[in-house]
Amino acid sequence: MRGKADFFDEMHGSGGSVRPAYADYCKWFDGQKDEVLSRKHAEAETNFRKTGITFNVYGEDEAEERLIPFDMVPRIITAGEWRRLTRGIEQRVSALNAFMHDLYHRQEIVRAGRLPEALLRDNEAWLANMVGLTPPGGVYTHIVGIDLVRTGPDEFYVLEDNARTPSGVSYMLENRESMMAMFPELFMRVPVETVSDYPRRLAKSLAACAPKCAGPNPRIAVLTPGIYNAAYFEHAFLADQMGAELVEGSDLRVVNGRVAMRTTHGYEPVDVIYRRVDDEFLDPLTFNPASVLGVPGIMDVYRAGGVTIANAPGTGVCDDKAIYSFMPEIVEFYTGEKPLLPNVETWRCADEDSRQYVLDNLADLVVKEVHGSGGYGMLVGPASTREKIEEFRHKIMERPENYIAQPTLSLSTCPIFTESGLAPRHVDLRPFVLVSPDKIDIVPGGLTRVALEEGSLVVNSSQGGGTKDTWVLKD
Amino acid sequence: MLGRTANGLYWMFRYLERAENYARLLDAGLRLALTRDLTTAEEEWRSVIETAGQRQFYERKHATYTGMQVWNFMLRDKNNPSSILTMFGLVRQNARLARNAISSELWEAINGNWLEIDEQLKEPVAENRVLETVATIRRASTLAHGAMAGSMLREEPYHFGRCGTFIERADAVARILDMKYYLLLPSLSYVGTSLDTGQWDQVLRSVSGDRAYRWINAAQIDARRICEFLILDDRFPRSLSYCYMLLRENLDALAQVHGTEGRCNALMRGADQRLSDLTIDDIFDQGLHEFLLEFTASNAAIADAIAQDYRFLA
Repeated sequence: MRGKADFFDEMHGSGGSVRPAYADYCKWFDGQKDEVLSRKHAEAETNFRKTGITFNVYGEDEAEERLIPFDMVPRIITAGEWRRLTRGIEQRVSALNAFMHDLYHRQEIVRAGRLPEALLRDNEAWLANMVGLTPPGGVYTHIVGIDLVRTGPDEFYVLEDNARTPSGVSYMLENRESMMAMFPELFMRVPVETVSDYPRRLAKSLAACAPKCAGPNPRIAVLTPGIYNAAYFEHAFLADQMGAELVEGSDLRVVNGRVAMRTTHGYEPVDVIYRRVDDEFLDPLTFNPASVLGVPGIMDVYRAGGVTIANAPGTGVCDDKAIYSFMPEIVEFYTGEKPLLPNVETWRCADEDSRQYVLDNLADLVVKEVHGSGGYGMLVGPASTREKIEEFRHKIMERPENYIAQPTLSLSTCPIFTESGLAPRHVDLRPFVLVSPDKIDIVPGGLTRVALEEGSLVVNSSQGGGTKDTWVLKD
Repeated sequence: MLGRTANGLYWMFRYLERAENYARLLDAGLRLALTRDLTTAEEEWRSVIETAGQRQFYERKHATYTGMQVWNFMLRDKNNPSSILTMFGLVRQNARLARNAISSELWEAINGNWLEIDEQLKEPVAENRVLETVATIRRASTLAHGAMAGSMLREEPYHFGRCGTFIERADAVARILDMKYYLLLPSLSYVGTSLDTGQWDQVLRSVSGDRAYRWINAAQIDARRICEFLILDDRFPRSLSYCYMLLRENLDALAQVHGTEGRCNALMRGADQRLSDLTIDDIFDQGLHEFLLEFTASNAAIADAIAQDYRFLA
């Protein structure tokens, strides 16, 4: 379809030269024997299986636990690149948090005419119950995952904001553990920033968001839908690493105006709930009455300031792709600065002119549902069939407000290890950002997702993508 | 810790113990079947299924008792809710549920066991593989107990796990004895008749006590000694006495952590006391069957009290 030269490669520059980020790595790599690397490659999977780093998939017959494929060639970012990225991420995340507060209070941004009110009205993630409520410490988006893509040396774009419940951080940590176990000598030669203190930083950040009634050592619990959830491994992993409790809805109840968990000693209050349960299941009294995953009455406690819920209910608004298309305005409105990290150009099919452009150019564009996630319900024009394109044409004409379109980006590539040597594949990057009342903390690293199929641009694990260890080099 | 997590640990070890006990029963059955003619062998296999308490489910599927049918049913049959494969699945499920309360070593042992056993039991197990399979299962259990002993903090999670082990083990041993009590009960007809040593041997092998018993009793195989050994000898790690010594130890430790005793501690003290006051003559005077009935009922009462005292369920 395209020559390799069309894409920015993370490892190699023009004429096969090695980029500075990979200088030390390639020196090491060139000295490795192919058969040793092949063996390590095979061992990696067994190792992941043994430690149980799996995600659950529910097929027609029985539940299956799958591994997300791991590629052992790291994605490497220089200290300078990382500094620039973090400034842009900090700016964007503080704007997101301010935006959430405004949305559930005076809606200045709508009053100022910078964001159409219809976008909120149509947004399923917007929660009327959050209006007028300020979460402890004023923090809405405690943990954010910003999905970045790269197209050139200095060209990073934000592809998506994940402010609801960003997942994947356990892979960031386990990928690093695996790399260190497989290639200890590599870490002695290349100065790589550590990511292993993420759980400690997460616990600290969450504790700083505890409600006023909490003691000096706030009690944190991870709320999971249970062992059948796709991301259960990550929930258990984080609770374990943070020294927090791993609770299910049935462990919690409201006792004396606090959310309390049933311990072997009786009910004891919890201060901060890092919930991995969707908004609508949080409280059957307020949201979905059929929910058995949540805690009856938790929203009343929340409203009275008796518990911190991370992330705050209603933050899913930011994940909406129509809201995303307004992020440059949102960043400017709340920070008074030009955005440091650009958005990918986005056409909102709700706008007539844009819609016409999209319909005329479907074969070249990527079309996404505004509320979709996980790579489902999207059209990648250049890789699609004529039928699929016509199907989307009808969908867009029927419900234009439900779709946005973006150009097919020339995502950067990074080599993966294959039996026939290194081969370039497209990658993205999700750094994890922690927000507390007076700090935005970004662990130097993140989750690099990689499309394992040659030429594919879809990196989602649900669509056959894999992951890589992500290195940020020390200065 | 959470009551639900405590429950998970407790059941994780009960299921592990159960799987291991079934494996021992199979082992003993195999051993006996190899030395018998076909008709007697069928009887032996029936007795194995009976002792495991799986007769009802087994007979829904099979009309006859052959070794191959019996071991495949006990190992891996989907119609058997207590198959060893199901037990190991439950062990792992409970370990996942209590993942943040157990050490990585224990988790990796349990997860590794599951992967290996699941793989070995994918296909029906043929004669030439059955001993090896049973050995794998017993080794899996040993590995989990070793990881537990060597890596877990002696705190609530450890003690709840150990309680599960000894409640289940005491129950299993009492049931095995009860199933065989007609063999063990000395009667007038026993005087002077030559004992079926193969049967005795099987009872001992079912609890992996054959060598230990011989160590203590040399060649003297008799009902009284065997019962005394399996009920009252607290040097043997599968005797009722030993189970209760350890159960009491772990319940005491829990009471210490909590700074208060629960109903389970009171029940435990009573049961322990009764057991240590008894002699084997008392037991035979009372009737072995009656004694065992009482024992399993009181064991179940202690188990219920543990669950209640420590809020296993909402």
